[in-house]
Amino acid sequence: MSAQPAVDEIPVVVTLGNPNTGKSTLFNCLTGLKQKVGNYPGVTVEQVSGSTEVGGRTVRLVDVPGTYSLAAASPDEMIAVDVLRGGIEGMPHPSAVVIVVDATNLRRNLFLASQVLEAGVPAVVALNMVDRLDQEGVRIDVEALAERLGVPVVPIAAAKGEGIDALKRALDEILRKPRAPHLVLTPALEDAVTELTRRLGELGVQASGIELRRALIDAGGYAEQRLTQRVGAALEPMLAELRQQVGGGRSLATLEARDRYSWIQAQLKGIEERGPAPRRAALDAADRVLNHPVLGTALFALVMAAVFQAVFAWATPLVDAIDYLTGALGEAVSSRMAPGLLSSFIAEGVIAGVGSVVVFLPQILILFTFIIILEDTGYMARAAFLMDRAMRGLGLSGQSFIPMLSSFACAVPGIMGTRVIANRHDRLATIMAAPFMTCSARLPVYSLLIAAFVPDTRFLGGFINLQGLVLFGLYMLGIVGGAFTAWVISRLFWSRAKARFLLEMPPYRMPNLRAVLTKLLSRAVVFLQRAGTIIFCVALVVWALASFPRDAAPDGAPVDAEHAAQRLSDSYLGRMSRSVTPLFEPLGWDWKVTAAVIASFPAREVVIAALGTIYAVDSAADDVEGTLTARIRAARHADGTPVYTLPMVIGLLIFYALCLQCVSTIAVMRRETGTWRWPALAWFYMTSLGYLGAYGAYHFGTRLLAS
Amino acid sequence: MSVTLASLRPGESGVVEGFVQEDELAQRLMQMGVVEGAEVEVLRYAPAGDPLEVRVLGYALSLRGSEAANVLIARRD
Repeated sequence: MSAQPAVDEIPVVVTLGNPNTGKSTLFNCLTGLKQKVGNYPGVTVEQVSGSTEVGGRTVRLVDVPGTYSLAAASPDEMIAVDVLRGGIEGMPHPSAVVIVVDATNLRRNLFLASQVLEAGVPAVVALNMVDRLDQEGVRIDVEALAERLGVPVVPIAAAKGEGIDALKRALDEILRKPRAPHLVLTPALEDAVTELTRRLGELGVQASGIELRRALIDAGGYAEQRLTQRVGAALEPMLAELRQQVGGGRSLATLEARDRYSWIQAQLKGIEERGPAPRRAALDAADRVLNHPVLGTALFALVMAAVFQAVFAWATPLVDAIDYLTGALGEAVSSRMAPGLLSSFIAEGVIAGVGSVVVFLPQILILFTFIIILEDTGYMARAAFLMDRAMRGLGLSGQSFIPMLSSFACAVPGIMGTRVIANRHDRLATIMAAPFMTCSARLPVYSLLIAAFVPDTRFLGGFINLQGLVLFGLYMLGIVGGAFTAWVISRLFWSRAKARFLLEMPPYRMPNLRAVLTKLLSRAVVFLQRAGTIIFCVALVVWALASFPRDAAPDGAPVDAEHAAQRLSDSYLGRMSRSVTPLFEPLGWDWKVTAAVIASFPAREVVIAALGTIYAVDSAADDVEGTLTARIRAARHADGTPVYTLPMVIGLLIFYALCLQCVSTIAVMRRETGTWRWPALAWFYMTSLGYLGAYGAYHFGTRLLAS
Repeated sequence: MSVTLASLRPGESGVVEGFVQEDELAQRLMQMGVVEGAEVEVLRYAPAGDPLEVRVLGYALSLRGSEAANVLIARRD
């Protein structure tokens, strides 16, 4: 099975293990920040790879997402098997596998480890978190364990960087003298695999042993489905016969679980000893408070309020500072350079483009600091535990709560935060619902339009006013839209009777500063590399559309506000808007509103600046928004009727509440789902909803006012 | 006496006897250590009475009531 790599080829080593074993911390230890993040081909699973030096040569390290078993119900879960059998496009057969196991939870971790050892790839077991064994009251005889498993076992403490050199030495040895483990738990099953290989060979179908083993064990699973596609109807009777032969009528998956755990039990006899855990009592006490129905819920509300407050409010000064810096830098450039195409390109294209990427960093970094700390302490699982019942009505689980909450500040970190959701379907539904939450970019649009057109009528002795009510309604509209979307997606797209919520509750742990910072940095790098490039490119395209064709204005002449408005109106952007204006007339919009809305599709808050330019607001005026309010109040259609009637404004607000006008969100959706399909669907779906909402509000409202 | 995991109160424990239905969810539970012969202790229920948290193989696992109702337990008194 262990195909030798060509001499000049860089050997591939994969890391594999259960979730919560510190696998990514170990990966960061080995590779540093020299990581490449991509996707496994054809699936929405992130592939992190990097390189490290082992015994003086470079080794390519590839991470397999944490899993509890090699059993696969979906293509995503098949990744581990495909990596082990060398079946991933563009990735050679692995030369070795590092199985990361949590030393404090050896029995469950050995389930996956023994499955991997059966695959016959040279392996090293990294026994992580050995520094916590004392406080858990566990003693492990490492040498005896290595002997029984038949592979090197290296005790490490990845969070502290301990044992990494020893792990590299063991890896070096196994790469020099590859020795495939030969573990057979169920001889009858191995015989069946051999028989199946022979029969398929007669049909001209070649398949790896590990793949066939899964196809036999997991009845109806993905390995069987994929094999059926290759073999056809002939497969089913073969599988049925061999399954009967091995299991005698019982499910092989049930037998596998039972046999594997009793094998583990036998292997660990005399090797793992569990005594009284000094820390257990304290941890149980902590859990009694943190998971207490009243105290725990109150504490949870407090933690969530702090997260929300941090992402929403703490980031604002930083965001403002970045906005100010990009503005100042742009101005400095334009004032120092001769006005013209190059100056405009640098100031309004490049600098503004970079700014529109960097402006998301404060929120992403703050939210991720919280998420990483909540995860590393083990509180994230408790939060999901508390919120699960409430989120279930939407077809989601408790794990969706924090990403949804953070989307009220900004959908970009919210969508990036969905990676805490283990279930892929829940994760997609949450990603699709997140952009509906009222993000901080919608607020300036809301406040401008509400202040200008919604009367300041007060009810109940001034306690409630209409403006506040409209704002509240818009927040609710976002929540209802998101909830509806999540519900529809979890019902329609995959009619699973019950979404599962099987969640390991990891023990409380003190987060390690170095591990937190490394994870934080790698998330920031990923955002800048992957989403950043898309956002930047779109910013440049919008600049070009708004700047061309250049009119004949002599370069060097000061461009006044009226002139700028004329230029925008003549630009490709202006022309495009005019050509689609008929489409938006049913919403009560004229070409100016249409142009501003279209200009704000890449970023919704741009509508204010766009309206400013279009209505030729003198940018030198102190109170720009005040002036803008006056100008748009005075705007008239050709027949003299006001453009901004109350129904039209309510429609416009609904449009902004429901529409996906944010290229950053689209870019992050693409990144997180690995395909353009989901962001495209979200864009069309949300734009249609926004259009219908605006149409309904305009027509219903106009008729109501007329009667 | 055979009951389901969902009927145990916090602090009560028992030994897994099997599953009402051996569906995909049951397989997942088995992979995570909820297998025949394993000892399971209910630690607590969430405020709404669902999901619940159990200890199995020495670690804590949370699952929904509907999933727990699929696990047959020989109660230990």
